[in-house]
Amino acid sequence: MTALPFLLLILAVVAGYVVNRRAARLIRDGGNRLHSMTSYHGIFSALLILVPVLTFTLLWLVFQGPIIDRITMASLPEGVLDGLDSGGVQLVLAEIKSVSRGQVFGTPEDWKIAAADRFVMLHDRADWWLVVAVCILSLGLLAFARSRVAADFRARQGVEGIVSGLMIFCSTVAIFTTVGIIVSLSYETMRFFDRVPVADFLFGLNWEPQIPLREDQIAAEGAFGWLPVILGTIVITVVALIVAVPVGLFSAIYLNEFAPKRLRSVVKPVLEILAGVPTVVYGFFAILVVAPAIRNFGQSLGLDVAPNTALAAGGVMGIMLIPFISSFADDALSAVPQAMRDGALGLGSTRGEMMTTVLFPAALPGIVGGVLLAVSRAIGETMIVVMAAGLMAKMTINPLDSVTTVTVQIVTLLIGDTSFDNPKTLAAFALGMMLFLVTLIINIFALRIVRKYREAYD
Amino acid sequence: MTDITNAPAGPRKATSTELVAASLKRRRRKQMRLQWIGLGAISIAFLMLFILVASLVSTGWQAFTQTHLTLEVYVDPEEIPEERLPRGGFDDALAASLGQMLPGVDMSDRATARAVEGILSNGAQFELRDRVVSDPSLIGQSVTMTVPVSDPYDQLNKGLIERATPEVNRRVKDNEIAWFDTLAENGAISKPFNFGLFANADSRFPELAGLKGALVGSFWALLTCFVISFPLGIGAAIYLEEFAPKNKLSDFIEVNINNLAAVPSVVFGLLALAVFIGWFGLPRSAPFVGGLTLALMTMPTIIIATRAALKAVPPSIREAALGLGASKQQVVFQHVLPLAMPGILTGTIIGLAQALGETAPLLLIGMNAFITSAASSPFDSSTALPTQIFIWADSPERGFVSRTSAAILVLLGFLVMMNAVAIYLRQKFERKW
Amino acid sequence: MNDMRKIERDANMTDTKITARGVNVYYGDTHAIKDVNIEITDKTVTAFIGPSGCGKSTFLRCLNRMNDTIDICRVTGEIRIDDQDINHKSVDPVQLRAQVGMVFQKPNPFPKSIYDNIAYGPRIHGLAKSKVELDEIVEKSLRRGAIWDEVKDRLDEPGTGLSGGQQQRLCIARAIATEPEVLLMDEPCSALDPIATAQVEELIDELHRDYSVVIVTHSMQQAARVSQKTAFFHLGNLVEFNDTSEIFTNPTDTRTESYITGRIG
Repeated sequence: MTALPFLLLILAVVAGYVVNRRAARLIRDGGNRLHSMTSYHGIFSALLILVPVLTFTLLWLVFQGPIIDRITMASLPEGVLDGLDSGGVQLVLAEIKSVSRGQVFGTPEDWKIAAADRFVMLHDRADWWLVVAVCILSLGLLAFARSRVAADFRARQGVEGIVSGLMIFCSTVAIFTTVGIIVSLSYETMRFFDRVPVADFLFGLNWEPQIPLREDQIAAEGAFGWLPVILGTIVITVVALIVAVPVGLFSAIYLNEFAPKRLRSVVKPVLEILAGVPTVVYGFFAILVVAPAIRNFGQSLGLDVAPNTALAAGGVMGIMLIPFISSFADDALSAVPQAMRDGALGLGSTRGEMMTTVLFPAALPGIVGGVLLAVSRAIGETMIVVMAAGLMAKMTINPLDSVTTVTVQIVTLLIGDTSFDNPKTLAAFALGMMLFLVTLIINIFALRIVRKYREAYD
Repeated sequence: MTDITNAPAGPRKATSTELVAASLKRRRRKQMRLQWIGLGAISIAFLMLFILVASLVSTGWQAFTQTHLTLEVYVDPEEIPEERLPRGGFDDALAASLGQMLPGVDMSDRATARAVEGILSNGAQFELRDRVVSDPSLIGQSVTMTVPVSDPYDQLNKGLIERATPEVNRRVKDNEIAWFDTLAENGAISKPFNFGLFANADSRFPELAGLKGALVGSFWALLTCFVISFPLGIGAAIYLEEFAPKNKLSDFIEVNINNLAAVPSVVFGLLALAVFIGWFGLPRSAPFVGGLTLALMTMPTIIIATRAALKAVPPSIREAALGLGASKQQVVFQHVLPLAMPGILTGTIIGLAQALGETAPLLLIGMNAFITSAASSPFDSSTALPTQIFIWADSPERGFVSRTSAAILVLLGFLVMMNAVAIYLRQKFERKW
Repeated sequence: MNDMRKIERDANMTDTKITARGVNVYYGDTHAIKDVNIEITDKTVTAFIGPSGCGKSTFLRCLNRMNDTIDICRVTGEIRIDDQDINHKSVDPVQLRAQVGMVFQKPNPFPKSIYDNIAYGPRIHGLAKSKVELDEIVEKSLRRGAIWDEVKDRLDEPGTGLSGGQQQRLCIARAIATEPEVLLMDEPCSALDPIATAQVEELIDELHRDYSVVIVTHSMQQAARVSQKTAFFHLGNLVEFNDTSEIFTNPTDTRTESYITGRIG
């Protein structure tokens, strides 16, 4: 059934191509000089049908389901949904759907069976309406395209115009995405700030979104001061950088100047493998190996070590960032012109001195840009911390303690059934907004440094 | 070696040659130190990768086999009458069969009987039920079947539960070990390849849990991601590289794309949750929504790779075609694009490999649900490979540890395969202009 | 003026500074320098001329072992400076390069201040014991590099901010600051405009009182203007080596003559 509209569409597109090409050929064979080649007349018609009808069909299919769901739920007898939260409503809908597929467990209430029947009927009807709409649209466009065939019709320009339009649309998707991010985050953040004062969020020292404190408190749903959360993020980021920056930089220095070719050809791919490992794998590595190791080691020294320390999460994140920093630094060092190397060697530097006194300082802006991008990655990194860091927000900078991060809070607040109307869910969007802004500023800054640096040596 | 002219008066100073010679040893040492530190840094990176892989393999390989028990079950018409199917005392039938295999065990004691039943996976009775339902003539006969044992016994058989541990700290008690050993002596225990790991969907019981649902979910999500991001990415890249006028708008788009590539993935998850699910009303946990989100994240990668590939096509080819009177679009689509295709495909595969491992946005759109059947369309609820790893990593049962590692090995296997294809494409079609 | 210079030149042309015997250079499979023998006199300017790709720069880079930095490059034969075989394993290229300074085709000041550029060599080699001494070396080198007056008020500004000609003189001053005995120059004026070229040429002429200068150049006029001896390279061979005046007025080899008269180029 879903395939039928597409079959019709393909048919219409082929028909459009054939009809217009034949019409153009007839004109040509009649002795008139065509402006465009006959196949362009065909393609013009095909595109003219394909683009709008396909867009229409896809939109229809995407929205058909949700709209029918809503109609079905809205037409339920009054009172049956009373007292159900959004998760309960979802369950009812799911049950109706499974009944409509014929999967009956137990004996559903009559109104559910009636709703399921209505659900099936609406879907059937929607499918037919789609077929009808596709037919009408296709035929209309076919006729319109046919009417354009003429000796002096610039079909090629027409085709290229449509293609240009499509390409421009493609390149604006990036803008739409950014706009989508900003609009959706701001909207939900605004709703959050309707419920929780901005100042409480920005300057509050308590983050307890789960636990209602006291019944009579204004923010009865908990406390939403993000400072301990951002502090935890900073602690973990710093730990990660302490691991990643020295290891990454010294690897890059060695690879760039001292490594024998053979070793370089082995190390580079290995670092690429490290860079390609999904972060969920690093997260599991942290809980499986690193966290127990740190805990055992700390306890053997008589230290009080939390099971999910900032050290474990940050350390593993550092491992993840090593290849990132090393490849950035390697590129930056390679971008320093050969003339600088020659100049230093020509003055009698050892290669080590050339590296530390000329190449490294010259590459420093590029390296700083790379490290900044790594910082933004560390702040936005999610899976490692979700799996290996803690959930409780604490105002501490002790890396052996358990801390939480912005991304951990976003995920834990939104995992499971969510409705968009309590401060707990909306707080995640406020945190997301802050995360987006912070990383955006760092990224823009870092990309600018990197670009400027590249220009300096091009 | 003469000192250079107009040397200042006074006591004789060391010549520069002498000074340089004196400094050499120290400077060589310094350089060696730098080299050793560098080598040490690389070794750390290597060591970490080694520990990572070694820990995954050492915990994960066990999950690729599964301990099974072969037993003969008498389908008693008293317990399982045909007219009551699919209901019936299948668990009792299994327990009775086990009791026969363990002489001397008092099956009339309820607690003991339940403990004996616990040797078998909870899935065994459903397997028996399905067989009897599909062939009711089995009623009244004996059926030989090989079924998974439950997780503690599986671990016992694999040596993950140490027999030397004091009984109080052990999940399998002494008498249970004795039962298991009796079964093993009778040759009823086997440890074949764990096909269930790929053929089953998720389950609460480790011995039954498999990756089918996750693999299918990831397939739908990646397919959606590819279908959307590939044409959009190529279209955008061609426009920006070949046609876009150099103006504020195209600069803005370019900055936008570069920034999008660095936006944290969890933010894309928030976007998907708010817009696709909250505003458009698309279903939660659906691979289609996951794919849509991944497409937005993959697109910058594809755009950047495509632009690099287009740039690598030498201008002489464009000029030659333009010189023959082709329009700009004809040149690009008929001449430049085919030549750039290998580079574009390489970039796309690498982008898809990244998307395959992406977890956070999928968590936010609910692809971490507990779903026991594979999705039959991209709109059904499903998990994906990375989110399945997350779920299993979070599960308290011991048996899930090795399954998580195994799932990671499967994921890494796919990633290695995709990257190998990308490298192969790059090398095969690499052109020297 | 010319006469005076000639007398002085004769007075200086006494001892041999660099001797090369049977030098061959290979780049991978390419035989870039074929059996070159040459003796370079102390405190003179020796010019290497020849068509591009003839190996003159490659040979120049043998003299301070800069070719060591290229992996695929292999040098055989013997090169002696003051009777010391520079390719002998006891010779550290670092020390050799402190003794044999080099100036490159494109001015390559480090992205540091003018002061730090000049002080670079003395610092790494430990030539100055105190800040005062270092200041002295910097001033002296800048004066010798004939650029002191132009930069004395802005020693803290980056060397990359200078004009091309100033940058090249800065690089020459930087090379002088390590107090070398030989100064190698690889087409030092090719990236400069005529006025800057004239200034640098004047400086080279000054320098040969204290150093042996070996200069690679494309331009025969330049060779004629600044050098006392000229060597003509062609396809990796040293074709002819003689007093500059002889080479330009009375070449013995037909290839030299063709080049000088503009038939090979």
